[in-house]
Amino acid sequence: MASKRYAEVGNFCVACGTCQKVCPMSAISIWKGVIARIDKNKCVGCGKCVKECPAGTIEFKDREEEHETEKEMV
Amino acid sequence: MKQKKKWYDYLWIITPIYLGLGFFNIMFAWLGMIFFMLPLLISIFGGGKLYCNRFCDRGQFLQLLGKRLKLSRNKPTPNWMRSKVFRYGFLIFFFTMFFQMLFTTYLVGSGAQGLGQAVKLFWTFKVPWQWAYHGTVFALWVAQFAFGFYSMMLTSTLIGLIVMALYKPRTWCVFCPMGTTTQLICQLRARKEEKKDSCVDNCSTCSICSGKRGEEDA
Repeated sequence: MASKRYAEVGNFCVACGTCQKVCPMSAISIWKGVIARIDKNKCVGCGKCVKECPAGTIEFKDREEEHETEKEMV
Repeated sequence: MKQKKKWYDYLWIITPIYLGLGFFNIMFAWLGMIFFMLPLLISIFGGGKLYCNRFCDRGQFLQLLGKRLKLSRNKPTPNWMRSKVFRYGFLIFFFTMFFQMLFTTYLVGSGAQGLGQAVKLFWTFKVPWQWAYHGTVFALWVAQFAFGFYSMMLTSTLIGLIVMALYKPRTWCVFCPMGTTTQLICQLRARKEEKKDSCVDNCSTCSICSGKRGEEDA
């Protein structure tokens, strides 16, 4: 995995599709017209969707942090 | 990796054309019914928010002005504006005013009230618009509905432009009444489908029934 961070959609998503249009990796899809979903494996953490989201509900998450918590859990 | 533009990427042109046509002949306001019915029909028949995502002319228009022409401050949308209370509150307000407009149309149709050749901006300010009315071969209420509908479309476009300038280009989409309605329809459909697909009688182990927005299988 190349990037240290990835984008994640929060609860304020209105499924407008703005993020889907700007994503250079085509990593975003609108799930049944309800909420946007970002494919974590495709996301390169460029932040275009974070900048564009009118609801301001897309945030960065750290991949490493997540790995650590996973390790701790194990 | 720039994606090739498709025909539907140019639909933003419809917004200025629609508002322009209504400036010269108010009867063109009836075309706005397409933008009203299409998103509802698409979401009801399982197309999700394809209208918002792909075909919405206003969304594209605001994006063009705000992003390409840099007319937006690009500041975060305020928290209260993206809250459910505001979104559903605005939806209720919008539809109340819509039914109010339908009632006025009925009054004109029944002869209780004369045709008001004006456009009402922000549901408050009456702006004379008589130059766009050239008489009608239909009943008077047809013209009254056109004035009312055009008022609604112009007002919502202006609100869209104001929030575009103040916040993000597509901030209007956050509380757009059509967007909220279609999302609501999609939520109901998704909940129904999830229930159908995964529920066993009397099972209470998962949280799908409680109406979480499908985050479970993310």
